Amino acid sequence: MGRMWIMIDPSRCAGCRLCEVACSLKHEGIIWPEASRIRVFEFAPGVNVPITCFQCPDYPCVKACPVKALSVDPNTGAVIVDPIKCELRGECIEACPAKIPRIPKGKDFVVICDLCGGDPECVKVCNAAGHGALKLVEGPPPKIIKTFVREPIEIAKDLAKKFYGEKEVI
Amino acid sequence: MFGYAGKIIDIDLTREKITVRTLDKRDAKMFFGGRGLATWILWKELGKRWSEIDPLGEENLFIVMTGPLTGYYPGMKVCICGKSPQSNGVIGSTLSSEIGIELKAAGYDGIILRGKAEEPSYIFIYDDEIDIRSAKKYWGLRGLDTLREIMRDTYSELRERELKRKKGIPKEPGIIYIGPAGENKVRTAAVFAKFTHAAGYGGYGAVMGSKNIKAMVVKGTGKLPDVFDPEGFKEKLLAIHKRLFNFKTFRAYGTGPGGYVVGAILSAEPVKNWQEEWHDKKSMSVAYFESKAWVKKYWGDYGCPLACMKISVLRYGKYKGAISDLPDYELQAYLGPNLGIFGPEDIIYLSYLADELGVDAINTGNAMAFAAELYEKGILSKEELGGLDLKWGNTEAFAKLMEMIAYREGIGDILAEGTYRAALKLSKIKGEDLTKYAVTVKGVAVGAHGIRSRLDFTNPISYAVSVEGGDHTSTADLPAKGETGELFAAFIDSAVICMFTARIGFANLIEFTNIITGFNWTPEKWMNEIGLRIIHLQRALLLLGGPDIFWNPVKDDDNPLRFYEPLPSGPFKGQTISREEVNDLKKKYYTEIGYDEFGIPKSEVLKKLGLEDVDKALEKVRERVWKESLL
Repeated sequence: MGRMWIMIDPSRCAGCRLCEVACSLKHEGIIWPEASRIRVFEFAPGVNVPITCFQCPDYPCVKACPVKALSVDPNTGAVIVDPIKCELRGECIEACPAKIPRIPKGKDFVVICDLCGGDPECVKVCNAAGHGALKLVEGPPPKIIKTFVREPIEIAKDLAKKFYGEKEVI
Repeated sequence: MFGYAGKIIDIDLTREKITVRTLDKRDAKMFFGGRGLATWILWKELGKRWSEIDPLGEENLFIVMTGPLTGYYPGMKVCICGKSPQSNGVIGSTLSSEIGIELKAAGYDGIILRGKAEEPSYIFIYDDEIDIRSAKKYWGLRGLDTLREIMRDTYSELRERELKRKKGIPKEPGIIYIGPAGENKVRTAAVFAKFTHAAGYGGYGAVMGSKNIKAMVVKGTGKLPDVFDPEGFKEKLLAIHKRLFNFKTFRAYGTGPGGYVVGAILSAEPVKNWQEEWHDKKSMSVAYFESKAWVKKYWGDYGCPLACMKISVLRYGKYKGAISDLPDYELQAYLGPNLGIFGPEDIIYLSYLADELGVDAINTGNAMAFAAELYEKGILSKEELGGLDLKWGNTEAFAKLMEMIAYREGIGDILAEGTYRAALKLSKIKGEDLTKYAVTVKGVAVGAHGIRSRLDFTNPISYAVSVEGGDHTSTADLPAKGETGELFAAFIDSAVICMFTARIGFANLIEFTNIITGFNWTPEKWMNEIGLRIIHLQRALLLLGGPDIFWNPVKDDDNPLRFYEPLPSGPFKGQTISREEVNDLKKKYYTEIGYDEFGIPKSEVLKKLGLEDVDKALEKVRERVWKESLL
């Protein structure tokens, strides 16, 4: 197994959140929308923006953690959280250009996508549903990936134009 | 308790008092959730004075309920309930909104609103924080503006607060809201979510408006309540996903093909206020909607493997900028053929307008067609219609009329009472019986599935004996306790899931229920006990009725008169239903469900269901109905 990342095409996302269901079932054993390592945002009807860790080449979150709770999986390149070391300081969230790491209520460590160790559940269910908004790509993410790393609300504003034209929906 | 959060928010708007109540385990086991539980709450709180309570007055309750399967079963909904300003009974009006899952993630099964806020307000719920906030700046806004403005404000607040606490960014909150029609207490106003989703039947938009509540915003960041059998849940869920992924045609087109098929093939689509039920207009083919307007071909709500919704946006022509969903079959029919309109762009535009104004398109479309027929017959003049040339197919005139209804202007003020009440009012003014043109049952517009051709899923007593009148999502059938009747619908609305994802067989749904709740029920237990209890209680409240209209099942358990006219066109020309047949089926239905010969729940059945008080309350109904039938 080598490096891999999840390529997201929001324009193909149906907003069904089966990815969130699959992810939280795998990691938490229950449906938990805010603890899903991939989350679909919908600021306007049908403008669905799935977001998960982009794997920035310089891993600012890993660097920012003062207690070294984050590391990079040498196999897949995913960011791995050490639940014991994590002290919920939130430095990783601040360092992330899209503010993706999340600490939902009742969770005692930060949650970040671990690529399910190389076989992500979200990608499987999205493809089984035929939407194909998520694709597992082998190899490291392209160097320019960081130019795409934005908060979901910003991505949503662009996507909304594609569907609704000049009409202001967000 | 598994599957339940175990808490219900109770907000007294008049006193600005917020309480969080514990959900009684016994109530949950007796009434399940959603429609069932809400009906029970309504009975307990308002039952004694039910007939005196004005659905649009302060005393009514506005209830938003999830069910034990909400969030777990694919295809999540919330159920809106209260005393209905249409039927004067209770209608379980379901709506697709992530507010269902947000509520459970925040730790609540539902919300009860009572009283009336002093000024326009909205409810804000963020985990443990529950707040009544001013909605002055949103009051008066139409659908899209309401949603956008409230989303902007509340999301940026939630985002800032979560970031300040160093928790990361939250997803957007779930939002339900009303448009101008709800504010103006139009009896055909709906409760909305995500612009195109509506809890249409029941008129609960008006109830929300009568309480001065513009919206409810809910953000929950916790997990869903634990389930009884977590491993079984995962396994079963995956199996259901797989099964639903195979509903390929439905996933691709949703209810969209209905606009053509139900008319051309089934002869069961309303055309010109149901004067006909057949048309062969190829322009109604779903392919035209798809090619002309769909910008998104799969759109689903939380956890839905079907994603049968589409998004339509008109990018050319005089209705440029109009946004809608498919539109789904009911809207196609009620804003299309039933108004003599057969153009996809026109229908998308009128659907857009309905969502902007906040009206339920079924009940409002029904009222508009009623007015158009009166115009056709020369009963209503152009002057009385405020200068509108309300002839079949005149999209612009119907658009204007819809505005007049939402803002209660001119004739719109009368039609805003819904078709049946408008018919009563106009009959008085005109001095002739106009209710014969009202295609409603118990004050509720009949869904776009006719009964005369007998090819649709409906039958001659589908609407006549249903506890929700014309509501096509809760129709009666024989056998009364079968999987195609109102007991099944009561399950869907009480589990609070989607009727389209639920098509996996009732035994499977009960198995899923047991996995989530650990109740260990059988399908028979639902049909003979839980479901039956819900239907009997709903029936009792419907018959208690009032204060403006009281139903007498002897005459009101009937079809609109129009359904006894022979179909005038199409391959089933001449076909109709007979009174004898309806009476025969009614009798059978009453026996099987446990009503007496007058259609009133029998004492012995109510007692067996643990509804002794309900039985007592029905004494006055028995007396009234008995007296009326002696006359």
